[in-house]
Amino acid sequence: MHAIEIQGLSKDYRVGFWKKKLQPALKSLDLTVASGEAFGFLGPNGAGKTTTLKLLMGIIFPSSGTASILGQHYLDPAIKKKIGFLPEQPYFYDYLSAPELLGYYAQLSGMPAQERRSQRIHAVLERVGLGDTGNKQLRKFSKGMLQRVGIAQAIIHDPEVVVLDEPMSGRDPLGRHEVRELMQSLKDEGKTIFFSTHILSDAEALCDRVGVIHKGELRGGGVVNDLRSNVAGKSEVIFEGAHGVAKVADLLSESHVTGGTVRAIVRSSDLDLLLEKLRQQRVRLIAVTPLQGTLEDYFLSKTSEKTESEAVHP
Amino acid sequence: MKSQRRVTAVALVLLVVLFAGSVASRRQVDRLRGTESTLEDVLYLSSGKTVKRFSLGYSSLLADIYWTRAVQYFGSRHMQHSYRYDLLYPLLDITTDLDPNLIVAYETGSIFLSQKGPEGAGQPDKAAALVEKGIRANPEYWRLYFSLGFIHYMDRHDYKAAHDAFLKGSEVPGALSWMKVMAARMSEKADDPETAAYLWKTIYETVTDKDVRGTALLHLTSLHAEADIAGLEQRTRLYRQEFGAFPSSWSDMMRAGILQTIPLDPNGDAYKLSPDGSVHVQDPAKFRFLINSQ
Amino acid sequence: MTSRLSAITLNTFREAVRDRVLYNLVLFVLLLVACAPLFGQISIGLERLILVNVGLSSMSLFGVIIAIFVGIGLVSKEIEKKTLYTILARPVRRWEFIVGKYFGLLLTLIVNTGLMTVGFYIALIITAHQLTRADALLLVAIYFIVLQFMVMVALTLLFSSFSTPIFSAIFAFALFVIGTFAEDLKNFAALAHGATKWLASAAAYLVPNLASLNVISQIAHEHGVSGSLVLMNTIYAVFYSAAATAAAVLIFERRNLK
Ligand SMILES: Nc1ncnc2c1ncn2[C@@H]1O[C@H](COP(=O)(O)OP(=O)(O)OP(=O)(O)O)[C@@H](O)[C@H]1O
Ligand SMILES: [Mg+2]
Repeated sequence: MHAIEIQGLSKDYRVGFWKKKLQPALKSLDLTVASGEAFGFLGPNGAGKTTTLKLLMGIIFPSSGTASILGQHYLDPAIKKKIGFLPEQPYFYDYLSAPELLGYYAQLSGMPAQERRSQRIHAVLERVGLGDTGNKQLRKFSKGMLQRVGIAQAIIHDPEVVVLDEPMSGRDPLGRHEVRELMQSLKDEGKTIFFSTHILSDAEALCDRVGVIHKGELRGGGVVNDLRSNVAGKSEVIFEGAHGVAKVADLLSESHVTGGTVRAIVRSSDLDLLLEKLRQQRVRLIAVTPLQGTLEDYFLSKTSEKTESEAVHP
Repeated sequence: MKSQRRVTAVALVLLVVLFAGSVASRRQVDRLRGTESTLEDVLYLSSGKTVKRFSLGYSSLLADIYWTRAVQYFGSRHMQHSYRYDLLYPLLDITTDLDPNLIVAYETGSIFLSQKGPEGAGQPDKAAALVEKGIRANPEYWRLYFSLGFIHYMDRHDYKAAHDAFLKGSEVPGALSWMKVMAARMSEKADDPETAAYLWKTIYETVTDKDVRGTALLHLTSLHAEADIAGLEQRTRLYRQEFGAFPSSWSDMMRAGILQTIPLDPNGDAYKLSPDGSVHVQDPAKFRFLINSQ
Repeated sequence: MTSRLSAITLNTFREAVRDRVLYNLVLFVLLLVACAPLFGQISIGLERLILVNVGLSSMSLFGVIIAIFVGIGLVSKEIEKKTLYTILARPVRRWEFIVGKYFGLLLTLIVNTGLMTVGFYIALIITAHQLTRADALLLVAIYFIVLQFMVMVALTLLFSSFSTPIFSAIFAFALFVIGTFAEDLKNFAALAHGATKWLASAAAYLVPNLASLNVISQIAHEHGVSGSLVLMNTIYAVFYSAAATAAAVLIFERRNLK
């Protein structure tokens, strides 16, 4: 069973005051997250990550498509006991202390018995490093502390699926490391983690699989190790002369032609052969760059591709 | 999603049912309180000046509300043929405290107050006081002097005061010249039907309230009938002088050449001729202000 | 469901109290104290009258102000601060959130009014040196004030379920003023003709009838209120506020939250 299964989810926002125009923010997303997996949802600003997570939490409603969580319809209130959610840049009730806030959320999540709750609250606060805030009200908390409170509230009811929107943002390097550790330990407990980020190193360190979203479209994704080896040991070659491509096509693992310029990816072992052949054809070489083999390369290659619609109407 | 649709459906049904319930209970509340309970508040207000202070500069809007209340109150009492109009003066007083320039409240309100019941509150002294208050606030508006003279003449029967009011009004720049004529008539001809008819005609033409206009029209038709009857009775006496007995029908008089046609009252009904030579209207209810209409 | 509702209710109450909403009580007491020397100067019979009028009117006014200014933020603040996201991601239905908020603010106002009532009766004892049966009547006026709050909280919540705080405040305040003249609106409808009559009657039933819920001057003059009117007004307030809350739920249930 998939922990999360998204089928054809789309969202068009209505913008404008009078004549409302539809602006697509998410275009028919299909995505699955396996049980016990850590899934990184990558994309630049405005890609549609938050939109996807808000749809999944029932905060906004989709234009079309549906999803299921742990095998049940995603809007079914019963399933929500098993989900924990951290919104982007969370902010909480100013006048509550951290234990009061968690108590409130625990009650809303249907956790039984006052005393078991307070034990749990104590344990969770320790876990996120807020064991000593006592009765201090949240309006006196720093941004980083609030982010911790946010994570605490997402796991207070011991959910099976944890959905986090940019959990590392607003953190100093130390804080980021802590969050990473925490997510790792959740994963070790067998929880499913679905989180969005644009910080790739975090995804690289934590995730089993990633998906890359750009301008509302899923551009690619897969097992992190595959993606990395996909680009590791390869070079990017840029040259002028589209006529040359046909002769060397068997050597290229990827090529894009824009006008007269060709951008091609080639295995490093084939690089010499390719350069030789290109020289024979009197093609003008512009650049040769060895690829680093990080997720970042994959990410950049995916987000710099033109969308289908852009390719049709340049 | 199923559960969302269910909540929507339930909320929609509840909305309709609950709103219907609120309308039904609102009607019950209105019934229990009666139509005049809001108006009774005026009894607790020491003066309109206090209300004005609390109205935060919206006093003329509030004056309109109080004027509407006064009209509504008068109308419903009038319809019930009531003789009690306890709230009328306080309502008018507060209205004119709130907006001293609301002429209609003096002009029409004073007629509400001054007429005898059930046409009005039967409080001509208060009516005169109200108009005098209006004159103090609006000395340039000469028609208020007409209202004052009207009340003194018709309901207070104080012909001296009526004369003074018309005369003073005629001195206001812009006043029409008949004000002076009215002043002269006041002292000469008390209880003159022609004067009364002229005054009521002016009321009929200047006031827009339909109850007041109805009353004015009744007065006018009654006055008209009164004049007719006086003329007809004079002719029946003439007939007796000639033939030694009162006529038994209008046709007797037509044969004698004293009348051309059967005489009709302002409503188009024939006048009734009694054996003793007196003349009456067919339907006295339509001539409420006719003296000796029986 | 009940545990979630009570959690939201109590949290709303706790937030309001800690947000110093109850500080208006201090103002209320100061007002009564400041008026005290005034009462002394006025002739005997009027002391009590003025105390009752000032006391009850300010109870009602303070309460309505709180109802509007706290009410407009109840939903929008939670959206703005995204706290609502963390609530809706839990097994909380949207209607539970709205209803819980409603009871939370109403509870705040009832506690607020309760404390004011205590202060008011103390002032009454100080001026009159005794309590009479007529003073028990004052509780009816206070009860009606609470009914007004029921209605105003529901209306404010309705507006804030779809509008911005500023507009919600304007709408709610406008309805409060019109509601005070609800019976005039109805009388106006009775006088009008045709489409105007139809519109005015519809408006007369749509706006809250706050006129019949204000018996302050009547009570201040020791005129009683019939038991059946108390009952009918209660039923009316319950129906009206429940209808407004149902409308709020209807809107909020389908709303996309920014
Ligand atoms: N309430 C809204 N109304 C209209 N457009 C919106 C709304 N929310 C988001 N959008 C648009 O939808 C697109 C996707 O936004 P989204 O917040 O999902 O991006 P994101 O991937 O989370 O970006 P970031 O990394 O900056 O958080 C953007 O173009 C944004 O402008
Ligand atoms: Mg985002």
